[in-house]
Amino acid sequence: MSEKPRKFKGGVHPNDSKALSASKAIQDAPLLDAYTVIMHQNIGAPPELLVKKGDAVKKGQLLAKAGGFVSVPLHSPTSGTVGAIDKCPGPTGIAVPAITINSDGEDEWGSLFEPISDWKNTAPADLKQRVWDAGIVGMGGAGFPSHVKLSPPEGKGIDTLILNGAECEPYLTADHRLMVEQPKDVVLGAAIIARILGLDSAVIGIEENKPDAIAELQKVAGEYNVRVQPLPVNYPQGAEKQLIYAITGREVPVGKLPMDVKCVVQNIASAVAVFEAVVKGIPSIERVTTVTGKPIVHPGNWRFRIGTPISKALELAGGINEQPAKLLLGGPMMGIAQSSLGVTVMKNTSGILLIARDEVSLYTSEPCIRCGRCVDACPMDILPATISQAVENKRFDWAEELNVMACIECGSCSYVCPSHRPLNQHFKWAKVEIQSKLRRRN
Amino acid sequence: MDLKIILISIAATGIIGVLLGLVIGYVAKVFAVDVDERIEKVAELLPGANCGGCGFAGCAAFAKAVVAEDAAPSQCPVCSEDDVRNIAEYLGIVVEQGEKKVAVVRCSGDCANTVRTLYNGIRDCRSAVVVAGGAKGCDYGCLGFGSCANACPFGAIEIRDGLAVVHPELCVGCGNCVSACPKNLIELVPASAEVHVYCNSPEKGVAKRKVCKTACIACRKCVKASGEEDHMLVDGFLVKTNYDNPPPADLVEASACPTSALRVASKHAANEYQGVSK
Amino acid sequence: MSEQETSQSIRLPDPAKLVVSNSPHIRSGQTIHKVMFGVVAALLPACAAGIWFFGLAALNVLLLCTVSCVGFEELWNKAMKRPSTWKDGSAIITGLLLGMNLNAGIPWWVCIIGAFLAIILAKQLFGGLGYNPFNPALVARVGLLIGFPALMTTWNEPQGGKMMVDAVTTATPLSMAPGAAQVTDMLVGNTGGCLGETSAIALLIGGGILLALKLIKWEVPAAFIATVAVFTGIAHAANPHEYASPIVHVLSGGLLLGAFFMATDMVTSPMTRKGALIFGLGCGLITSLIRLWGNYPEGVSFSILLMNALTPLIDRMSMPKPFGYVAPEKGKVA
Repeated sequence: MSEKPRKFKGGVHPNDSKALSASKAIQDAPLLDAYTVIMHQNIGAPPELLVKKGDAVKKGQLLAKAGGFVSVPLHSPTSGTVGAIDKCPGPTGIAVPAITINSDGEDEWGSLFEPISDWKNTAPADLKQRVWDAGIVGMGGAGFPSHVKLSPPEGKGIDTLILNGAECEPYLTADHRLMVEQPKDVVLGAAIIARILGLDSAVIGIEENKPDAIAELQKVAGEYNVRVQPLPVNYPQGAEKQLIYAITGREVPVGKLPMDVKCVVQNIASAVAVFEAVVKGIPSIERVTTVTGKPIVHPGNWRFRIGTPISKALELAGGINEQPAKLLLGGPMMGIAQSSLGVTVMKNTSGILLIARDEVSLYTSEPCIRCGRCVDACPMDILPATISQAVENKRFDWAEELNVMACIECGSCSYVCPSHRPLNQHFKWAKVEIQSKLRRRN
Repeated sequence: MDLKIILISIAATGIIGVLLGLVIGYVAKVFAVDVDERIEKVAELLPGANCGGCGFAGCAAFAKAVVAEDAAPSQCPVCSEDDVRNIAEYLGIVVEQGEKKVAVVRCSGDCANTVRTLYNGIRDCRSAVVVAGGAKGCDYGCLGFGSCANACPFGAIEIRDGLAVVHPELCVGCGNCVSACPKNLIELVPASAEVHVYCNSPEKGVAKRKVCKTACIACRKCVKASGEEDHMLVDGFLVKTNYDNPPPADLVEASACPTSALRVASKHAANEYQGVSK
Repeated sequence: MSEQETSQSIRLPDPAKLVVSNSPHIRSGQTIHKVMFGVVAALLPACAAGIWFFGLAALNVLLLCTVSCVGFEELWNKAMKRPSTWKDGSAIITGLLLGMNLNAGIPWWVCIIGAFLAIILAKQLFGGLGYNPFNPALVARVGLLIGFPALMTTWNEPQGGKMMVDAVTTATPLSMAPGAAQVTDMLVGNTGGCLGETSAIALLIGGGILLALKLIKWEVPAAFIATVAVFTGIAHAANPHEYASPIVHVLSGGLLLGAFFMATDMVTSPMTRKGALIFGLGCGLITSLIRLWGNYPEGVSFSILLMNALTPLIDRMSMPKPFGYVAPEKGKVA
């Protein structure tokens, strides 16, 4: 029962470079001496610290509890003692508070959650509570607490659960490997999430460049009434709004959420985490991350504990054979450039990517020649070139009029721009200025 | 014949001109709008820079407010004491003299003294801060892309080696730069205070020193050098000037600040500190 | 956590050499330079045809225009203390287009005045590449047409392959009696006219290159040519003795040159697809009106310039609704 997916407007086709790590099986990263767990890993309120320096902790023990509804608890990645609770380099370049766990080498589990093997007959509210307790967030990049997404307000009438297996970012293969190696877990996770939402089916959207993942999932999907939907390869196919449109034909209104068109979208890795939390009772303390890029000696996919420093991850991948120009967390289209190797793997770190000097765009911005490529590439159908000019002249009111707030920051416009204009940065800037203006007004 | 045509056209044009002049003159008299002449006069006495430092939309709007006694002339940050007195005398009102204020950029971390990350993007602080927090080792320091300098209508801020430096003699204290800085580094302080701590990082001394040679490490030498007077206030890992009781300029020498974060504003503007590191 | 902590054999990146910037971190590799030289390549077939039919005189004009355009660009950059920009190729395009819009027998000084008009007046005074509201080559052509009407409307007789330095004058098919022009001659370019506009086949090849390289929007030439064909077709059907057939209109004069190379100039035409359609339609309409009832035999240049002036308006009119757009509710302030 495969419907033909709809094609969204615009998009670009960057070289996906996934071959570097697509065939590398997921390996478990060895235990480290110390982990530095960044406190605030989710969108929303930071969690409240429960431990202090010198405390002995077990693997999976609570380090911090949720600081509100839009917040998730944090668990210890291994057993040992709490070291310094201090600032460490954060993913956005600003130092953030983090808890150091000095490993005792035992890697001994504390008390796990009670496994719920009979989840089919468990109340959805209990399952949802488990998702929250396990500290699961959107592991694709945003880090939005999953239980919040699974708590749509009354009357939204959610009718579709979509699992986002598009993985449209070039280079990244972590979700791809998960789908190939643990198809059953993915599908079970989807089925559990569907039960929480009161649905009996789910759709997994996958870009067609992952035929092995599609095949593996299709073998097990039918049993749980999960449909595997191949999608055309077109960046940003995995953007929530574009994915919903491709699968259901519904347009999420600007400024609204998927739930406003009766959809819930979850990440593949989050679905696996839900499965593990419910059926095995394991909290969210590790994730699969792709370490890749041309300068990397042995690109691959690893299962890292949360709090693993990037330097250790790079060492596992054999280090580098040339000095890269950029170090990114995430993919090359939307990832965040880092200037420190001290940043640690977070729940939403889908990739650690090194970009070689020859493929990086160290650009100087030239005047817009109005070629319109950005207009054609924009999946949100706004006018990037015009907005960029408005921002350049600090006309943020004009930018707002030109619907800059609809921008999803996918970077397609900057990707195609022959003048190398910093379009995406202009939009981020405009959004920040407009939001701060709104805050001042309220 | 030709001459006749010319004369006729001149006469006709002249007559039309005179008639139209009369009409305009009449209309101007009849439909004249009453303008309080005091507003124009006050606007003349104001500097006319339209900097917006008074909080009104330019000098004309401010003049209107002053005449309506919604605002005091001393609210204009640009006016000298004499200007304010002139306006007050003209309007026959009594004003209290406000203290003149100048801006201080509380950072001394120029390129030579502070760790910076290579940054490729828009050269504007408010934009750069969206990307990687502004690509400076210190999360609290001046980014040096000059958003404040661009906002300054008086050219009082210079970007020198990646650091915004205020020239106090040019600064009128309009405060435009204060809101332009994404790091909230700029503060309006009494112009009479000469000594400032050019650091804004609340981090621990060790962390600061790792990224900046001229950070305030809260060693309190300046506090001790002030003796009984409470010239300097300690706030966590940062010392601040007490602007209610500002220290004399010689406190800087007396305290021998080991990182040169404590500076005299005029000397800082003249680039006399090269960053001492011990 | 020390950043330099590495084990002996494994090399890690040096954080001091890492660049931070906003996403995206990869680019398509497209540059202004590549775009412009794509256009230059597309112009070459028509230039070659012009040289074939009008001889070395045509080559002279093309070279002189191109060199003086580049020269003026660099002079301006020097005078304004700006970095050199001729390598981006836009001045070369302007020069070639200007040359193609002149007839082969034009005096040398007209070329230089044209280059001055194009580069200094129409482009640099507005701020240089990307800021000019009007197509520079067309401004120059129209300026010359008004300044030197006799020189600009004297056409050379095509001398296929003779490589003559001197030229013999003749008429453009547009000003001939309807029916006098041979369609096959107009297809290959064996007819009078500006040196770059006569060979329909060469222009179509160039247009094909532009479309294949995705350097222009197909909407502009399609709407332009179709509108002219329909309009002149109706006129021809109504009065075949007075008005030439639409085939003559489409193939003759600067229509193909204008539709493929000048109306599609990115800087001066709308950015959206819908806007491009409106733009082409307007160009076609004005061209037809001037050709059928105007005083000038040719209306392509004027029509494109007029539509250039309307481009900001068209861009605003044709602004797309964003994906998932919801009309703001009345009385509700955003």
